[in-house]
Amino acid sequence: METQEKKRVIIESLEKDMKEVHSSRECQDLKVKYLGKKGLVTELTANMKDLSNEERKEVGQISNEVKNEVTEKITQLENHWKEEELNQKLEKERLDLSLPSKKFKRGSLHPFQRIIDDVEDFFVSMGYDVIDGPELETDENCFQRLNVPIGHPARDTQDTFYIDAEYLLRTQTSSTQARVMQANTEKTPIRMICPGKVYRRDDDATHSHQFGQVEGLVIDQNISLADLKGTLELFAKKMLGEDTKVRFRPSFFPFTEPSVEVDVTCFKCGGKGCPLCKQTGWIEVLGAGVVHPNVLRMGGYDPEVWTGFAFGTGLDRFAMFRYEIPDIRYLYTNDIRFLEQFDRKDEENEIK
Amino acid sequence: MKLSRKFVSDYVSIDVDSKTLAEDMTSIGNEYDSCEKLIPATKLIVGEVIDCYDHPDSDHLHVCKVNIGKEVLQIVCGAPNVRTGLKVIVALDGAELPGGTIHKGMIRGQESNGMICAISELGLEHKFLTPKDIEGIHELPLEAEVGTDPIRFMELDDEVIDFELTSNRGDLLSILGMAYEIGALYDKEVRPMEVSYKEQKESIVGNFTLDIQTENCPLFLAKKVVGVTIKESPTFIKNRLIASGIRPINNVVDISNYVMLETGQPLHYYDADRLGEKLIVRMAKEGETLMTLDSQKRTLSSSDIVIATEKEVVGLAGVMGGLTTEIENDTKNILIESAIFHPTCIRKTSKKVLRSEASSRFEKGLDPRRTYLAIERSCHLLEKYADAKILSGMVEYKNLDISDKKVEISLEKINQVLGISLTKEEVSNILRRLQFPFEEKDAFYTITVPTRRIDVSIKEDIIEEVGRMYGMDRIQGKSMCLPVVPGTINPLRQAKRYLRRKLADLGLNETLSYALTKEEDGFQFTTVRPDSSIEKVKVLDPMSEERTTLRYSLLPSLLSIFEYNKARNLKDVSIFEIGKGFYRDEEGYHEEEKLAVLMTGVYRVGLKKESVDFYVVKGIMEDLLDSLGYRHRYDLVPTAEVKELHPGQSAKILLNNQEIGLIGKVHPSLVKEDIYVMELYLEQLLAFRVKKMQYKEISKYPSILKDVAFVVSKDLSAKEIQAVIKKAGGKLLTDIEVFDVYEGENVGENEKSIAFSLTFQDPSRTLSDEEVMAIFNRIIEEVEKKCKAQVRDK
Repeated sequence: METQEKKRVIIESLEKDMKEVHSSRECQDLKVKYLGKKGLVTELTANMKDLSNEERKEVGQISNEVKNEVTEKITQLENHWKEEELNQKLEKERLDLSLPSKKFKRGSLHPFQRIIDDVEDFFVSMGYDVIDGPELETDENCFQRLNVPIGHPARDTQDTFYIDAEYLLRTQTSSTQARVMQANTEKTPIRMICPGKVYRRDDDATHSHQFGQVEGLVIDQNISLADLKGTLELFAKKMLGEDTKVRFRPSFFPFTEPSVEVDVTCFKCGGKGCPLCKQTGWIEVLGAGVVHPNVLRMGGYDPEVWTGFAFGTGLDRFAMFRYEIPDIRYLYTNDIRFLEQFDRKDEENEIK
Repeated sequence: MKLSRKFVSDYVSIDVDSKTLAEDMTSIGNEYDSCEKLIPATKLIVGEVIDCYDHPDSDHLHVCKVNIGKEVLQIVCGAPNVRTGLKVIVALDGAELPGGTIHKGMIRGQESNGMICAISELGLEHKFLTPKDIEGIHELPLEAEVGTDPIRFMELDDEVIDFELTSNRGDLLSILGMAYEIGALYDKEVRPMEVSYKEQKESIVGNFTLDIQTENCPLFLAKKVVGVTIKESPTFIKNRLIASGIRPINNVVDISNYVMLETGQPLHYYDADRLGEKLIVRMAKEGETLMTLDSQKRTLSSSDIVIATEKEVVGLAGVMGGLTTEIENDTKNILIESAIFHPTCIRKTSKKVLRSEASSRFEKGLDPRRTYLAIERSCHLLEKYADAKILSGMVEYKNLDISDKKVEISLEKINQVLGISLTKEEVSNILRRLQFPFEEKDAFYTITVPTRRIDVSIKEDIIEEVGRMYGMDRIQGKSMCLPVVPGTINPLRQAKRYLRRKLADLGLNETLSYALTKEEDGFQFTTVRPDSSIEKVKVLDPMSEERTTLRYSLLPSLLSIFEYNKARNLKDVSIFEIGKGFYRDEEGYHEEEKLAVLMTGVYRVGLKKESVDFYVVKGIMEDLLDSLGYRHRYDLVPTAEVKELHPGQSAKILLNNQEIGLIGKVHPSLVKEDIYVMELYLEQLLAFRVKKMQYKEISKYPSILKDVAFVVSKDLSAKEIQAVIKKAGGKLLTDIEVFDVYEGENVGENEKSIAFSLTFQDPSRTLSDEEVMAIFNRIIEEVEKKCKAQVRDK
């Protein structure tokens, strides 16, 4: 048979075979049948050595053509089936995306601690050190070194949990002031806050016997009430929103002189007056003042050289304000349905 | 302090309404609680009953014709004492009374156009009223003019501001103190008090002696008046006492209270005839008794100051007088005591016995000049309103300095601390308004602080006074100019914050619970033994049985939180808390930060829920410790020591062989749920230093993995087999992992199969198969020998 004729037969046979193919695997079989070692196309050149040079050239050329054509046809078919098969696989793997996800239950951070984190971040950004003080404190640090000597009305034992004659549960984070001043033996400037738990014998809807406070202390030269106000204005804006205003009212604390109570504009009504602020437009949040010279002296700082300010505020109240929690006891009840609500990032400066 | 506007107006003029006064006082540091009319009732008028007959349809009501000037009203009245000719208080239609609004209407068919009032219906507290005031309508004196305001006629047209004063301002517990404060506020003069009286020839001196035996009484004055007539007080005295919250009794007792209100100096009047010729002030003897004015027998202790005669105690100094020498209706002669007692003693005693108007003033400290003033004022009023004859002279004991305090301060210092820039004139003006005498030279002030201001004694007090009067709120906030330094958070706090975030990410809810717990919770969930030297820390005076003891472990708190939620059908609880544990040993008190975890129920949600088991909590523990840099340094040592934990599912967590925590399942005898807990002792843990986080060369050469399964005794732990493998494997064995554990049919009853995946690698070259096989076989041999194991599969 002429080579040309053989070519025609092979192509015809291939086209017939191709119609029977239904998978990429069968395409592989075709490759073997036509292009394999003993395949039909390979056989074309089986007895080349018996041919003349010219015949050889012709056979060679034709068999090459056949090989290319067969290869191309099979490859095309194979690609077709591969694609078809992939599509089938994908179709089979289609999921109901609305089924429940697999995950851990979502954890949460307690609102009280969130406030502490924010307070810390704010003051660290202003160059304050965050200091820890003991909760089991001495009478000396909690009272005496804060200008509240034995017998002073401000230390009515009704409010203090005493452990023994010397030790007590701190009633205020201010106790850390005394510690920091003494510990700073070089008597260099101080800029610190001390957030933490405090304890008082008092339990009702607005008071918990355990609650949180943060104490701030700055000691340097020429520190004034105006500096205190500037600092607290920034703090109030950070914690309660940009529009918050700060008001000073004279007051009395044994460890500061002059002393002020600090009100902020009611964040509920913006200062217009509402039940939360008892129609005054203001809410009392903080006590502060210029550090009393006796406190400086007892801390080893000469009041003729150094001045300072101190402030203290309740952390629970900030948590209650920010998250609109109506009762302080909710913070300590630990109902899972309460805790789970605090499971995401806080909005930036959002208060309303 | 209830301030009567009428009362204080005796001493200072007030041009503003009471609400404004209250607000302005608040702005200078004297917060007010309420500001109200003494009689809040409206639309009251004086009427005259011109006709009164029985209601035709009632056995107790009366129909009255009441002339109110412009018209005659018909009013139905049920009071037994209503009758023709009475002058009465009529509440007109629309009148607002504390009990409600009065409307005209029909009462059993008879028109009634208002109400005839009893005093008790106008809003005065019952303690100020007589039974007559409560039972029947008020009978006004006949001179009351029909058609006028009865409240004004009765001189009850007063307003009362209730101040919540700061504890340093004891001086404001007096009308005079308030007058000075208001005077400073509005730049008004304070009018002097009338203290004039005539003295008898007869003198107290020589006829009466004082014996002060305690240092707690630095000033004691005694003066005698005779021949008093006990009767009702004049209206203004009664009304002012009522406005100030004190019940009128009789003219003499009322005057002692009136003078206390005016001057702030509590007084005590004794019936001089019952008292005798000598008074002793001393500390009480332990167990001594006194029958006080309220007819209660009080047992005294050595911290109480008492006033006594030679034979008996007659008063609890500063708190309450005794019954035997009280002023009675037949009292003729009075000994007036005006004294100062040590504030702390009074506070202690009053806390035990009674917080009285007197004790609350003694507690805050008194101005010795007022002690003298009060006695003078007493004599003046007793002479005027009780017909008293005042004996000359005064018996006086004085052991204190009455001189004025001097404070020196520069204008510069004032401005520096306040952060403002006042002028000399402004500061001088403020000092003048405060009535603080001063000299100023080159902006340097020498100020004489009046003794009435016991709270002012140092520079800073003056600065505060100036600030108050200038207006604290007028101070403008400034940006502090301090060197730029980085703020720091100590490492423990940083670690705590990191761990909290990590645990929240792992699906746990952070809790916040109380450090004070029940005593029996004390050493639960710990390895502390009852006989150890560690003790619980208890408070001396707990609020309740539930809160007596500071917790050592946080786990009992977490368990109560579980119980709370379980009671609300919330059973999937994964919680944690970081807080302090407290204890005491020979060295003293200790408090240590602990991290506690409790997990139970579902922790992984989805179609197939997964519940917590021991290995979940162990995984969380490893996650925490690894993330802090302690990988491969910790170990679990099973323990049965903790009686609240399952003995077969609990362990101490050791780091470098030191106990840094506990992990385990809560003992089934405590709870029926599967609850797993863990506690890490953060301070012990974080005391271990960690290696620097640093890049390590990644091996370029491939690792070879070999799996092997052994059948071993059930009791043998994976850890024990691993140790053998590790030792036999040497340096080239880089990782051992348990990937399967099987117990059941295919192994013996007391056996288990445990499969390990071993990784071999050399960082510097490719290992040959032969090499690895040699090690692998050695490992198998060793395990077979040392662990009595058989290879099941390799």
